[in-house]
Amino acid sequence: MAARRSALRRKDPPPARASHHPAPAATRAVSLDRLIHDRTRLAIISALAASSTLTFTELKQLLDLTDGNLSVHARKLEDAGYVTCTKGFEGRLPRTEFALTESGHRALRQYLDHMEAIIKHARTKGRS
Amino acid sequence: MHERAAESIEFIRETMVRSASFTAVPGQGGIVMGAIGVLTAVLASQAATPERWLATWLVAAVVASPIGLAATIVKAKRHHVALWSASGRRFMQGFLPAIVAGAALTLALVRADRIELLPPTWLLLYGAGILAGATASISVLTWVGALFMALGVGAVATVGQWPDLWLGAGFGGLQIVFGIIITRKHGG
Repeated sequence: MAARRSALRRKDPPPARASHHPAPAATRAVSLDRLIHDRTRLAIISALAASSTLTFTELKQLLDLTDGNLSVHARKLEDAGYVTCTKGFEGRLPRTEFALTESGHRALRQYLDHMEAIIKHARTKGRS
Repeated sequence: MHERAAESIEFIRETMVRSASFTAVPGQGGIVMGAIGVLTAVLASQAATPERWLATWLVAAVVASPIGLAATIVKAKRHHVALWSASGRRFMQGFLPAIVAGAALTLALVRADRIELLPPTWLLLYGAGILAGATASISVLTWVGALFMALGVGAVATVGQWPDLWLGAGFGGLQIVFGIIITRKHGG
């Protein structure tokens, strides 16, 4: 678990192995970032990619999540360094604000690249 | 597998569209429009006839609207926000119908010689427009819309009395106060 977490915390993606034979899309999909492949976490990352910051309440309402569900998934993303969580007060009310880190932006871009590669591969295969 | 990938991309797109809010609401423009509102309330309260009173407020609307639009465009450019992004369109879809309804009702009430009903009509419809637009924009606009509507209800309850006080409080005071808040919290 600790090893997995430290791998997730890594700022830069692991260097690609040199190969003359590009791996097929199906094989590449195995290396998908499982952390954001989960629908709830993907939704959190996507929502934060479109808004610079979102509060706990805004995210909860936007994605129709329960408090517990959002807390658990947001914590996993925070542990991975994909989102930051800032706690403070607005007047007397506690306010938790989430934002996507550069690493989170990069993870989403890579995930989208993966998805596009799979679609492209399927199209190429369909034509041949 | 490629179907799942396409579904994932669509899911990301939909979530991003839902999440994006229209942030090019001009705080500084709101302050200027509020100052025009206060000045107009003072001038209109001294108008000798209902026609002059109406003309004063209509001129203010004609002067303030382009200022609001220009301030929105400037802020959108400064913050690299597309005016016609999905959230911008949703904001306009919420805001504009109430404004069009306000213009049409203004014409109808003037023709029916019911000018005393204009202040509550303007306040209620402007508030309704802002409240509707707020669903696609910054959350502070919900307060602006709700307070405009509260002033509109006050104007309905006292129709024919203190029209410039209600209008000055809304188009003047509220716009200045929230203009300052938006300028401070939302970058200009």
